[in-house]
Amino acid sequence: MFLLDCPWCGPRSEEEFVCGGEGHIARPVNAADLDDAAWGDYVFMRSNQKGAFYERWRHVHGCGRWFNVLRDTLSHEILAVYRVGDDKPEWPG
Amino acid sequence: MANYSILALARNALRRHRHWPQAWRSPNPRPSYDAVIVGGGGHGLATAYYLAKRHGMHDIAVLEKGWIGGGNTGRNTTIVRSNYLHPESAAIYDHALKMWEGLSQELNFNVMFSPRGVINLAHDPGEERELRRRVHANQLAGVDGEWVGPNQLAELCPILNLDPGSRYPVLGGTLQRRAGVARHDAVAWGYARGADRQGVDIIQNCEVTGFDIQAGRIEGLRTSLGDIRAPLVGVVAAGHSSHLAAMAGIRLPLNSHPLQALVSEPIKPVMPTVVMSNRVHAYMSQSDKGELVIGAGIDGYNSYAQRGSLPVIEETIRAVVELFPITSRLKMMRQWAGIVDICPDASPIISPTPVTGLYFNCGWGTGGFKATPGSGHLFAHTLAKREPHPLNAPFSLERFHSGALVAEHGAAAVAH
Repeated sequence: MFLLDCPWCGPRSEEEFVCGGEGHIARPVNAADLDDAAWGDYVFMRSNQKGAFYERWRHVHGCGRWFNVLRDTLSHEILAVYRVGDDKPEWPG
Repeated sequence: MANYSILALARNALRRHRHWPQAWRSPNPRPSYDAVIVGGGGHGLATAYYLAKRHGMHDIAVLEKGWIGGGNTGRNTTIVRSNYLHPESAAIYDHALKMWEGLSQELNFNVMFSPRGVINLAHDPGEERELRRRVHANQLAGVDGEWVGPNQLAELCPILNLDPGSRYPVLGGTLQRRAGVARHDAVAWGYARGADRQGVDIIQNCEVTGFDIQAGRIEGLRTSLGDIRAPLVGVVAAGHSSHLAAMAGIRLPLNSHPLQALVSEPIKPVMPTVVMSNRVHAYMSQSDKGELVIGAGIDGYNSYAQRGSLPVIEETIRAVVELFPITSRLKMMRQWAGIVDICPDASPIISPTPVTGLYFNCGWGTGGFKATPGSGHLFAHTLAKREPHPLNAPFSLERFHSGALVAEHGAAAVAH
């Protein structure tokens, strides 16, 4: 159980949020040109990183906004919280 | 090594149980094997057992990072059933269920399979339609299943709260009589002993740290106990599958989440069957020791920490106290989590990979224990023949490119 520091509302219990899965997965701009393998990779394949992991969260029981989190999936340490559109923080090691 | 029997038990009892033979060896790894299985849980050990027993491959090692059966094999709620919706799933899970029925004799190890029936409850008309549809699909697929109304439920599980005024009233449920529970540790130990007797090396405390891949072909593995050469490698690592796949440059469609369970203090027998509810999200059975075994849901975010969060437990306990009011003053003794590998369609992956000789058996998510014997048997076939068995052919990695998914979110029972 952990606290997440919502960029708009401040630190709140994880219960107020919902996790939207892996972050920074850009929809291919040339979607019509992709073959089945490339499209399947975009839709389904995930890094599922053990350790530092970029992910999206939404403050559903608060401001309702989406934001990004860099979190360690082994220790649950929150390494960075940043707004959509902000620069992606460095991957720590 | 001697067989276990009532005579062996009596003989050893007279000798104060000090001379039981070791059930499996603890060998050092050899420099090379014909095949290596990564992951010493039930599925991995079963794979090695069937590779040796059915396919005559005896030069095999099972590498386990921790201790055998210490991962999800020892962390599940031991439920065994096969009432899945689609024909492909019903076939693979029922294949496993049929193997459970003779497993203690096959292994000469009592896995305490107890087909005491599994009930899935419906709490609203939509869920009732869905569950009735599943029963019909099961009957068409040759899997036993029946619809039971509240009166029958009262007989099958007297402690169930059937008050029509409760917040989520029970309208009825499905019953699979051949389903039940088994002793999870015994499954790992039985397969370990069986595999060891066939010459398989079971190597514990040996972590795989990389793969040796040359020209798209697997040549061996790097481990914490040194390099091992092998032309055939099967990875059966549940929640750590993506982590191992990344070492081979492969991406999998998996997300790893903690799945929690908890047990109460032991009480006298009160619950003769297994009851599951998707709607309020709780499932419960009673172990032979008398503990009530309760399954919770997954945490909603990726995690490799083998501990779950409190909100998930609170939600499950709320549901359990409503469904089984006699539990309201029971103390809970232990709570734990295992890391499960959730697949987008809630179905497993037993498949070759783009690397020749490297195979993965993963994606069992929240429901792998029930499939242990079938999964091992089919993965052994896939490895030995280097092509899938017809039963696991629909469960390839390729389905995420073709789109032929086998969506089992309803039958998987754990919300995800």
